[in-house]
Amino acid sequence: MLHAGRPAQKGEVDRMESQRPSNPSDQTNEQPSGGGMNRRQFLQATAAVSGIAALAASLAPLGELKDFTTLERFMQKYYKELTPAEMEKVLARIEREVEKEYGVKAKVRDLKAKDGVQFVYALNVTRCIGCRKCVHACVAENNLSRNPEIQYIRVLRLPHGSLDLEKAEHHYDAEKVPEKGYFYLPVQCQQCAKPPCVKVCPVHATWQEPDGITVIDYDWCIGCRYCEAACPYWARRFNFTKPHIPKDKINPDMAYLGNRPRRMGVMEKCHFCLQRTRAGRYPACVEVCPAGARKFGNVLDPNSEVAYILKNKRVFIQLKEELGTSPRFFFYFDV
Amino acid sequence: MITALRNYLVFVSRCVRIAFVGDWRYYAWMGLLTVFCLLGINAYARQLVHGLVMTGMSDEVSWGVYIANFTFLVGVAAAAVMMVIPVYIYRNEELHDLVIFGELLAVAAILMCLAFVTVDLGRPDRFWHLIPGLGQFNFPASMLSWDVIVLNGYLLLNLHICGYLLYCRYQNKKPSKWFYIPFVFIAIVWAVSIHTVTAFLYVGLGGRPFWNTAIVGPRFLASAFAAGPALIILALQVIRRVTNYRITDQALLTLRSIVQGAMLINVFLLINEVFKEFYSGNLHVASSKYLFVGLHGYHALVPWIWTAIAFNLAGMFLLVLPLSRSLKWLNVTCVLCIVGIWIEKGMGLVVPGFVPTPLGEIVEYSPTLNETLICLGIWAFGLLCYTVFLRMAVPILQGTLSKANEPGA
Repeated sequence: MLHAGRPAQKGEVDRMESQRPSNPSDQTNEQPSGGGMNRRQFLQATAAVSGIAALAASLAPLGELKDFTTLERFMQKYYKELTPAEMEKVLARIEREVEKEYGVKAKVRDLKAKDGVQFVYALNVTRCIGCRKCVHACVAENNLSRNPEIQYIRVLRLPHGSLDLEKAEHHYDAEKVPEKGYFYLPVQCQQCAKPPCVKVCPVHATWQEPDGITVIDYDWCIGCRYCEAACPYWARRFNFTKPHIPKDKINPDMAYLGNRPRRMGVMEKCHFCLQRTRAGRYPACVEVCPAGARKFGNVLDPNSEVAYILKNKRVFIQLKEELGTSPRFFFYFDV
Repeated sequence: MITALRNYLVFVSRCVRIAFVGDWRYYAWMGLLTVFCLLGINAYARQLVHGLVMTGMSDEVSWGVYIANFTFLVGVAAAAVMMVIPVYIYRNEELHDLVIFGELLAVAAILMCLAFVTVDLGRPDRFWHLIPGLGQFNFPASMLSWDVIVLNGYLLLNLHICGYLLYCRYQNKKPSKWFYIPFVFIAIVWAVSIHTVTAFLYVGLGGRPFWNTAIVGPRFLASAFAAGPALIILALQVIRRVTNYRITDQALLTLRSIVQGAMLINVFLLINEVFKEFYSGNLHVASSKYLFVGLHGYHALVPWIWTAIAFNLAGMFLLVLPLSRSLKWLNVTCVLCIVGIWIEKGMGLVVPGFVPTPLGEIVEYSPTLNETLICLGIWAFGLLCYTVFLRMAVPILQGTLSKANEPGA
């Protein structure tokens, strides 16, 4: 046990500092006299008051901080730990918030993956004409921010004879597509079977569902953007500021893990339109494609188009297969 | 037990009090740092309101100067080990009484690291999701979860070692070996681990060929063991100037040899990397091309990296020349090494990893004013912490702040 000296009395410490034998090394310039103490106290009080004032002034911008979080949202549990009753409450809260913010009565559902379903996407590169209709259908369906505009699908224009993505033109602006000498490669989340983004997330905010869709719990993501750095397909998007969607553009058919509106500071990405696909519909990008280049379905169903394509097409590839991410998104070619 | 606790509280309160006391130079320095801290807080408040759109980052370049500074400072923290090893393993006498200044610098550096990570988060309000047991901790899969453990562990280790030794000195009591020597040796391994784990954060990303290379870890350690001790050389001279704490030139020259060795290895590893990237000529060279010579007309980083290389080479040559045995030249050398490595490891490592994007698009990044103010604020906060630590430690080590002169003793 340590040796215990006499406990210090209040106020003694100061006095002791000034009583110490003067030492040239020490920087304390304390005034030993009573008057000096008063002056020092005054100076200390002035310094403390102006310090607090300066701190308050520097924090002033926080006055504009509206709706950053609420106690209910702050305390919300992780998606996989919510009981059905808690989930009900959360869904009701989101519906309430959507109505308050956008004036729209939305239906938010918690759609689960179905047994015996493995979603697969197949895209016919020969057919794609690069019209970007998929890009905009996706924006509308998934309640993506219009300002700044966030898009899940990026269509690359590549010169004939190369799959070197560095030769890709992202911002082609043609009067008419397709253009001679080029082909088009739309890229979105490849829904990898071995997703690097899931591996790196420090808080399990993103994971792969039993039907193969990699989802994000927007209420759990801390916004570190490690998944964005890890994704080899540049498929993830971050809400750098508050997403803005015009009220009349809101799609009221929403899912918790799908297209419900996101908040500032979290990640989002393509989720195969799970609010549609888990309810038996096609993703918006498939439905809108005028060239019939996009095919989607349950690969475990032998009668599905995707099962047919993977069985019968001579050439189909996964993007960056060498990385071992094993995408569920296949690009195929017609002859 | 209660008296022991009360004694400890007296010690802590006296330490806190002395941090507010000093001569005019001390007040001026602390005042200046406080101003920068407040500017940083102000900038961060704005970032909280408007989001990370206040920074220069984008979906294309999603990490910037925050993570760059974080990476550099993990190295500074790890470099304390370069004073610990000579003292505790090779029984170096000159550095013996100085090692604690290195460890305190490590504490300040880790605090800055934690601040830099926090300001980089989109949802800092959800930090509790990272707390093991309370949130969902993706351990061991995510290297970021490893980083949380090793950084906080290293902070605790150094706080314990410094705090225990200083409290013993304060009581004029011989420290019990069992109470700190095991921790010192754990901290040696731990120091290497913090920087290795930070390197693995980048190395583990298969989709980013610029980072996905085994040499990042060794380069991190070599550059850290050059920049960290260089920073300590400068800090020790400041301590020597403003206090009369005994710091010999010999101690500074011992540190010089450490910087010398580390810098030679660092430049050697850089040459290895440059050779591998450019000689084989495969398509993965794009990021390196962007960094060193520019790519398709984009070359924002080119002047930076060549400044870094010039500084590193000049630093290395000065270090091997006897010229840098004079303190004036040694200081110039240290500044060259610190700045060179800060650029090379920060902007030179983090940003090119994102350019071009995995889909081949080139988007450049440069920090905004608000982002820069936040960085300056965190650096000021770190220096403020380090100054306070020294303000407490120096009088304790000199015996002017001790139990013997406690009131009533």
